[in-house]
Amino acid sequence: MNDRDPLVPNVDRRGFLHTMGGGLLVLCPAPARADAGEAVAQDAPPARDDIEPRREHAGAMAPKAIAAWLHVSPDGVVTAYTGKVELGQNVRTSLAQVVAEELRVPFDSVRMIMGDTNLVPFDNGTFASQTTPLMGLQLRKAAVAARGALVAQAATEWGVAASSVVAADGRVTHGASARSLSYGELARGAEFVGSVPEETALTLGESWAVAGHDVPKAKAVDFVTGRHRYASDWKRPGMGHGKALRAPGYGLTLKDVDTSKAEAMKGVRVVRDGPFVGVVADDEHTAARALASIEARWAGVPPEGTHETVHEQLRATARRSADDAKRPEVAAVRAALEAADVKVAQAYTASYIAHVPLEPRAAVVEWRGDDRVRVWTGTQRPFAIRTDIARAFKLPEEHVQVMVPDTGSGYGGKHSSEMEVECARLARVAGRPVRLGWTREEEFAWGYFRPAGVVEAAAGASRDGVLSAWEFRNINSGTAGLDTPYRVASKHVEFLPAPSPLRQGAYRALASTLNHFARESLMDEMAHALKIDPLEFRLRHIDEDRLKAALTTAADRFGWEKARANKGPGHGVGLACGAEKGSRIATMAEVAIEPETSRVRVVRVTEVFEPGAVVNPRQMANQVEGAVMMGLGGALFEAIQFRDGKLSNGRLSRYRVPRFSDAPALDVCVLTRPEVLPAGGGEIPIVGIAPAVANAIFDATGRRIRSLPLTVNGRLPAADASDPTAPAR
Amino acid sequence: MTRRGITLVVNGREHVLAVDPNRTLLSVLRDDLDLTGSKYGCGEGRCGACTVLVNGETIYSCRAKVGDQDGKAIVTIEGLATGDQLHPLQQAFLELDALQCGFCTPGMIVAGAALLERNPEPSDEQIVAALDTHICRCGTYGRIAAAVKRAAVLRTEAVR
Repeated sequence: MNDRDPLVPNVDRRGFLHTMGGGLLVLCPAPARADAGEAVAQDAPPARDDIEPRREHAGAMAPKAIAAWLHVSPDGVVTAYTGKVELGQNVRTSLAQVVAEELRVPFDSVRMIMGDTNLVPFDNGTFASQTTPLMGLQLRKAAVAARGALVAQAATEWGVAASSVVAADGRVTHGASARSLSYGELARGAEFVGSVPEETALTLGESWAVAGHDVPKAKAVDFVTGRHRYASDWKRPGMGHGKALRAPGYGLTLKDVDTSKAEAMKGVRVVRDGPFVGVVADDEHTAARALASIEARWAGVPPEGTHETVHEQLRATARRSADDAKRPEVAAVRAALEAADVKVAQAYTASYIAHVPLEPRAAVVEWRGDDRVRVWTGTQRPFAIRTDIARAFKLPEEHVQVMVPDTGSGYGGKHSSEMEVECARLARVAGRPVRLGWTREEEFAWGYFRPAGVVEAAAGASRDGVLSAWEFRNINSGTAGLDTPYRVASKHVEFLPAPSPLRQGAYRALASTLNHFARESLMDEMAHALKIDPLEFRLRHIDEDRLKAALTTAADRFGWEKARANKGPGHGVGLACGAEKGSRIATMAEVAIEPETSRVRVVRVTEVFEPGAVVNPRQMANQVEGAVMMGLGGALFEAIQFRDGKLSNGRLSRYRVPRFSDAPALDVCVLTRPEVLPAGGGEIPIVGIAPAVANAIFDATGRRIRSLPLTVNGRLPAADASDPTAPAR
Repeated sequence: MTRRGITLVVNGREHVLAVDPNRTLLSVLRDDLDLTGSKYGCGEGRCGACTVLVNGETIYSCRAKVGDQDGKAIVTIEGLATGDQLHPLQQAFLELDALQCGFCTPGMIVAGAALLERNPEPSDEQIVAALDTHICRCGTYGRIAAAVKRAAVLRTEAVR
């Protein structure tokens, strides 16, 4: 019961509770809506100057109330509230589709409010491929409950059985008496009362009319016209431009600083807040000149190592158990390895790489007095930003509002809040709204990287080609994708932490980018040692239909048998497959090695991705194509280079990312299984390309390359005696 | 800092601005004229997100000094549509879902428009050559190239 609401309809409390029945039924007229008037363009700078009141359920943890998630306006617009944000993965569209599906409204009548901490329930962040399976599921359930509430309301008002009222196309209809109302007319602006039940009968994937179809990207016209305002485009009245003073490298702290030249510059405000030093000016050029005029001395010890020594360093400093071989699980797999007819033991490595979101971090922060603050930023974690700002300035979290315009990508690189906190410091001291936009160099240096890692692995098999032993350790980069989908009698997989010289964090698919690479390379090495076709070798060790189907579909489309038999000189083919986060993937690649230059060209790629039911097939295919392209970077040429705590390639003129000319002929097949709950597709499509290409390079040249990136600026590395990927044992 | 009166003709409109001539064209377009469609991606002319047309030629506005553009005709993404009528490239991008996060999209479309002006029926290789300086980190290259080809068709149909 909604005690704070003074506008309970003219029903006595017992009558009200009676019609509540299953807890879903009565709609209470709501007070003036917090976001009224913001309806059309969440991404236009708000016209009003006062602070919008927070919605009742803003920031609530997993609220059961339907009203936390959905609202129907008198004009029939359905608003759905979610803490997830739009980064290019197109969930603004796909979440609206599932709402439209379950609520039985036209897609165009659904509007998503995303990531505004004053309006939406708490969310931990848009990552881990969770939006579709978890938020999609939550909104589906809420929409089913809302539909039930609307039907029940109509039934009550018309004095008929709820079972005789049909909800379709945004209207409730009682056929027998030919009465019909739009949802908007029925609800009359009221909020839903009642809860989303745990168990909900969802519309089956096979019956989908809106979900499951190729609905075009929401608001796409704003992007092709340049109208959409990203956080980096945001403006506020009186806004200044800020810059932060940076150390010349990692591991250094500020010893002393002379800001006098900056202070003497017209229109420049120098900001000192503890160890933080920055400037604010009326335009960015002046701010940059002011920053450059600051003289600072730094001291400290840079982290050790370089990109060339880091893997050795990780292996040496990994926190291994003291008596490894005596642990029962290790002893068992070692015995199985010992007993195997054929053994392969290798180490595989991956470099630190950068996310390179095309929109570098940027925020606008505006304070109201000393204790209320609004932040517009491109982040994957608006509530984490809220918490960090509240903590930094000792404010209640409710005094901090974070808003996220649809953002120019993240790929796991926009989880942290250092930029927003810097911006808030600048704005607070300068006494005006401040925009802080990181340069590309800052984005490289002061965010965080995908971890570098080493996998030490060994496999054993019988002479007739059955896997008998599998030992697999990941050092530093993580546990995602650590396990194997293949049947094997004796298995031990383990993660070993190690101190990382560089700051690291999430990246698209996390450690799976190394773990699937290592596993699929090792499987390939074993298949070759056994003289068995790599495809056949996988299939005979897979028990479940979904992964088999992905592999065989890819093989058919790619023409695996034929390609192996008929490859031209300098050409090779390779494959990889995997299962993770509710999805299945199979990738096949053909490469060609240029004879004079040893340049590796990826000629064509077939990728099959199967995530259960698919909410938006065309956009899912777009994500899969994109992940393969992005994955080619980590596979072929991306690597952060560093020494003495400084990056040597932290700019786009020195850090190579995939471009048009790197694009292979790409055949992407999204397999849908409507009977399986939809899984996310933002990450797993990236994991197959590196091992498929590595295996293809082996097929073309007989050279096994076990480190990512596989090439040196696109060319095969010179065969080298010192091999950081020498076997562990 | 010295300011100078600089005249920019942007999307057909004349602006006389008192700005430091050493500022980048990109920052003046975005911050002074509120034309935020052109983007900052790298500041080095290596990503294409800042691409605008100056006297019909593509330039990286992140590296161009505004002082050097005095009196020139500039076209930005905001100037490609005519009223409600989208440019064929904009239509083609929508038709073919040639965007994900959309940050590279204005630069791609402006560069694509310049390509089609000088080469109305570009081959696949010519499209790649013209756009290879543009990064799409979301990896939508295949659809973008297809959209340029589609736009060539739409453009020819419109002219007929």
